[in-house]
Amino acid sequence: MSDTIFALSSGAPPAAIAVIRISGPQTVTILSQLTGRLPAPRQASLASLRDREGLILDKALVLWLPGPRTVTGEDMAELQCHGGRAVVAAILRALGEVPGSREAQAGEFTRRAFTNGRLDLAEAEGLADLLAAETDLQRRTALAMAGGAFSTQVSAWRETVLTLSAQVEAVLDFADEDDAAGLPEAFDLDLRALASELSEWLERPRAEALHNGFRVVITGPPNAGKSTLFNALLERDAAIVTALAGTTRDVLQGAVALNGVAFTFIDTAGLRDGSDDPVEAIGIARALVEQDRADLVLWLGPQAELPNDAWGIAAQADRAKTKSKANARHIISVHTGQGMARLRADLTATARVTLPKPGDVALNQRQSKLLQSAHDALVDASGFADLLLVGECLRATRSAFDMLIGRAATEDMLDQLFRRFCIGK
Amino acid sequence: MRSFDVIVVGGGHAGCEAAAAAARMGARVALLSFDLRTIGAMSCNPAIGGLGKGHLVREVDACDGLIGRAADTAAIHYRMLNRSKGSAVQGPRIQADRALFRQAIQAMLARQDNLELIEGEASSLRLRGGAVCGVDLADGTTVEAGAVILCAGTFLGGELFRGEERMRGGRIGEASASRLAQQMREAKLPLARLKTGTPPRLDGRSIGWSRLDEQASDLEPWTMSPLTKNRLNPQVFCAITRTNPQSHAIIGDNLHRSPLFTGAIAAQGPRYCPSIEDKIHRFAGRDGHQVFLEPEGLNDSTIYPNGISTSLPADVQLAFLRTMAGLERVEVIVPGYAVEYDHIDPRALRPSLELREIPGLYCAGQINGTTGYEEAAAQGLVAGLSAASRVLDCSPIALDRANSYIAVMIDDLTLQGVSEPYRMLTARAEYRLRLRSNNASTRLTPLAIAAGCVGAERRDWFGRRSQQKAKAERALRVEVSADQLVALGILVRGGGERQALNQWLRYESVTLAPLEAWLPDDLTDDLLEEVGEDCRYAPYLARQEADLRDLRASEAVALPDGFAYGAVPGLSREMVERLEQARPTTLAGAQRVPGITPAALAVLLTHARRWVG
Repeated sequence: MSDTIFALSSGAPPAAIAVIRISGPQTVTILSQLTGRLPAPRQASLASLRDREGLILDKALVLWLPGPRTVTGEDMAELQCHGGRAVVAAILRALGEVPGSREAQAGEFTRRAFTNGRLDLAEAEGLADLLAAETDLQRRTALAMAGGAFSTQVSAWRETVLTLSAQVEAVLDFADEDDAAGLPEAFDLDLRALASELSEWLERPRAEALHNGFRVVITGPPNAGKSTLFNALLERDAAIVTALAGTTRDVLQGAVALNGVAFTFIDTAGLRDGSDDPVEAIGIARALVEQDRADLVLWLGPQAELPNDAWGIAAQADRAKTKSKANARHIISVHTGQGMARLRADLTATARVTLPKPGDVALNQRQSKLLQSAHDALVDASGFADLLLVGECLRATRSAFDMLIGRAATEDMLDQLFRRFCIGK
Repeated sequence: MRSFDVIVVGGGHAGCEAAAAAARMGARVALLSFDLRTIGAMSCNPAIGGLGKGHLVREVDACDGLIGRAADTAAIHYRMLNRSKGSAVQGPRIQADRALFRQAIQAMLARQDNLELIEGEASSLRLRGGAVCGVDLADGTTVEAGAVILCAGTFLGGELFRGEERMRGGRIGEASASRLAQQMREAKLPLARLKTGTPPRLDGRSIGWSRLDEQASDLEPWTMSPLTKNRLNPQVFCAITRTNPQSHAIIGDNLHRSPLFTGAIAAQGPRYCPSIEDKIHRFAGRDGHQVFLEPEGLNDSTIYPNGISTSLPADVQLAFLRTMAGLERVEVIVPGYAVEYDHIDPRALRPSLELREIPGLYCAGQINGTTGYEEAAAQGLVAGLSAASRVLDCSPIALDRANSYIAVMIDDLTLQGVSEPYRMLTARAEYRLRLRSNNASTRLTPLAIAAGCVGAERRDWFGRRSQQKAKAERALRVEVSADQLVALGILVRGGGERQALNQWLRYESVTLAPLEAWLPDDLTDDLLEEVGEDCRYAPYLARQEADLRDLRASEAVALPDGFAYGAVPGLSREMVERLEQARPTTLAGAQRVPGITPAALAVLLTHARRWVG
């Protein structure tokens, strides 16, 4: 029998209220001990929580949720108590004293939900992202994953592949049956259609972009105000700003959410030729690498040297000596705040187009890697005359789908086969 | 009192193979049968091999088993199914003369050292301290042994159905071993019920052959066993006829008289071998189904109409048969019937086929929920080798899913259990490209030699073949240019590019036949085919290596017999139930238990490591 786990599920105390969740076979015992009775299931009721000596710990709202129709699939309870540090600590201590119960490890509630078949792998990953979501866009995307949108999609693809596999296997294993003499004419078409559907998904923005944020690299010649802009966008003093050229010698980065969109801003060493300082030279090389990895480059140098797809920024607009860049996309001054609101709005609008749309499912690296291998195997399959190799490729596709949502497939494929074909002498 | 190392109960395909295998390993073996004359009898279709099943025959043969050579001795029709496709899915299949097959098996058993045949009925098992120590016979005598292999087929509570008729017994005309069955029930083994069926047997003299399409025996001189030098018997042809709307109408009008539809038979029949009434019911849109008319022997006019197993009443059977081309005046020798029978839930077995609850008792064949001679023979081999290893205290043969269909089957049975009579299909093997029917010897004979179950004749043959194979592989390392291949009429992009022949063979357009100038000329066709396909599938086999490493790594994580799944934290009750039913012996096995989630495996892995360490 598994342990009963509990955890403080709301944020760190102190807070107005705190929510403690309990899951596992000891839930009934714990509730009876703590409240002296078992409350009516699925109804909030007020109760005094007492420790073993009968001392009142707190008055709390208690929810008793009998399994298996709960999030984890086990018996569960929720205690909504007062959110003071001492109250929460005392209740957690009292819970830990019940034999067979212990504090949950990170992610353990989700893992139980998954183990008990309440969530599949993709949903569980979505849930993990949802809990980690810091911005609103991340939250909405994770919600789509946790809601099973991707699982539903993979299940549909899996059905298609099972059908295709069944067609191949029928020809291979039942060659002597008149019902299974050859592949249906539409086989190759169906195969390609599925492959191109997968590749459309693969071209979608990825979840990493959401979590790591939209990468904006600030670059330009030395002393152009890059670090000043960087600090302003992050709204903190992350980079050291001096009047000396070449102050920033390495790559600095910082994350921030602007209007609910996650950004990573990267401050780089100023680009100049002929620096004698080897450390600065390395910094310049890194700046160039960052420029390649960026979703967007803000160029603070002369408009004539504007890199492709970069935005020209005329910074230090407050300084009289600064030669104005006539064609710059933005003219700003960090010191006066000129143009900064417009720049932030432009950045968020641009990032929103590039990042997954709210409510769209975005794949993480593991998922897109598996989807890619499913796709490649399908493309391979359509190139073979040898049905054995076609079958082998489809098996690889199936197992990639199964790894995405975690199921085993041969028996399902045989089921398809026997349902569709009249086989048997 | 007579005493042996191993007693085998039942003289069907599983029993004969089990007895011979144990005896080959040097165990003293008794084979117990109701009637010694029926040893090696083919109770159903007189065909051996086919897709998936042919692989099993070749694998049992590679371990020096009986079925391949007996099939060759009795073959009156050879047919290689899927000839145009890769050998990984080719199905060597023969039509056997029943009498010749039985004689061949009996002769091989008679020649086998360490093996004694005993006629009698096993009435009960003798147990000592919970373990098997012998068998009591119905005549009051006792035979002792350290291991007993039950190969009782459908004799465990078999019941026959034909229309409104009910009969006890396994096959028509034989008593059912119901006393032993009672003891098995009392032992509280998990039993379940399955159903199988058979078609009516026809009198070949009443068939209008001239109106039917013939299917001749293959001209290519392949054999089931590489030890068979020539085909021995005259070859006969099979014929093909079809059901038609008129036959369907007769069957449809009488469905209410079939025990399958009246509810008399509740057990699950095979999906891949439905009765004709089932086919017509489920695939109502078809206007006809193929029926193969297969001769049962050279001096026997009995014909087996493959494709119309049925339990309709005898009068309905005759009526629908006579609607078919060539069968207008057909006479039925024995009408078809359905059999419902008990089998042991194979999840109660270890991979050695020993019952976990009764040490020393092994089960093989239909009793484990399988169907088919080949499946039975393969289990018999495994049970025989395992039982002998137990008694002689030596290591058993090392079979796994990546080296044999035999292991695929045993693994499927012992981990997944059965919901229909289990039949081998190539689709069940995830390493199908390496488990080919033409490389069975390469895969298994060395393992069988190491296990000690291979006789001198095959050892010599295998030694010679291995040398030949090495020679062929050397020859394929020769580098040739694209232009040289183009000159031979092979479709590759021309040029001076040089590659080894084994690399060129990866392309679909390059085959071995035109390359003969570079090859030694004393190679057999099957050897050439094998090395050619090794080259051809090399990239895929390499890709599977990663899977295989994972597999073997998780095979190495043992889950000991008494592993307390219930005590593993984070494992749900449902997971615990499934695992306790299947009792996988390794983490890899747990992975294949249906419904086991990746999360459960992760938990299991950490816990198993802790358990061991």
